Amino acid sequence: MSKLGIKIHFGSLKTTSWWEHAIRFVFGGAITVIAGLLAKKYGPAFGGLFLAFPAIFPASATMLERHERIEKQEKGVNPGNRGCDAAALDARGAAMGSLALMIFAVFVWLLLPGTSGWMIIGAGALWLVAAAGFWMVRKYRRRIFGILSTSKQAKPSVLQ
Amino acid sequence: MTQLVIRFIVGGLFVSAFAVIGSMLKPKSFAGLFGAAPSVALATLALTISKNGKAYAAIEARSMVAGAAALLIYCVFVMLLLKRTGLRTLAATSSALIVWLGVAIALWWGFLK
Repeated sequence: MSKLGIKIHFGSLKTTSWWEHAIRFVFGGAITVIAGLLAKKYGPAFGGLFLAFPAIFPASATMLERHERIEKQEKGVNPGNRGCDAAALDARGAAMGSLALMIFAVFVWLLLPGTSGWMIIGAGALWLVAAAGFWMVRKYRRRIFGILSTSKQAKPSVLQ
Repeated sequence: MTQLVIRFIVGGLFVSAFAVIGSMLKPKSFAGLFGAAPSVALATLALTISKNGKAYAAIEARSMVAGAAALLIYCVFVMLLLKRTGLRTLAATSSALIVWLGVAIALWWGFLK
């Protein structure tokens, strides 16, 4: 994990206030109820759309912006656009997470009818692997695509 | 009513758990992945499988592909709003929800209805 630059900061839990946790809990609960009610009223094909509703992202990005702003102000630095920049980075990550979410959904859609219901746990693990994979490809894109382009360039010299 | 309360609690717990994991991770772009974690999906699918069966849940998952595509467009739209306009995060993320809704319903109308 640390080789990839990924770190876990338990300290961030202390900076999150109880009402921030409460907002996320209520919002998440409400969306799950709404998805269930819509599926009941308009059928699973419509209700299913809401399984990928942006339930975490808006609250998390807003909190991230707020924390970033407060952190800079406490250090006596003008926060400027730092809060929004941090939220934009968060959005870039969520975009990659969405691609992995599409893979999760295809996996469940195609394999669930013929397997055990517990397969959704495996699908959750697949989401994590796919999301981390997309993130790593983006992070090391210069190295990965650099190797590809140099190997393309290397071929003619080998032939010569 | 009991079913709705259970849904609310299970959904709230899943969303909170993924949000807490995301908030503990660095760098920010990696933590951001958890903004699109299958939180509502896992909660709903688990409840649906136990109540309505796997075939019903699979139909929901098929539509979720469209929902996730809409989420991808939503995230890119929010990123552009934050980078190119002076909008604050709360305004950008909430106003863009209309984009998610529009794209998701359009995909449902075009391919899944």
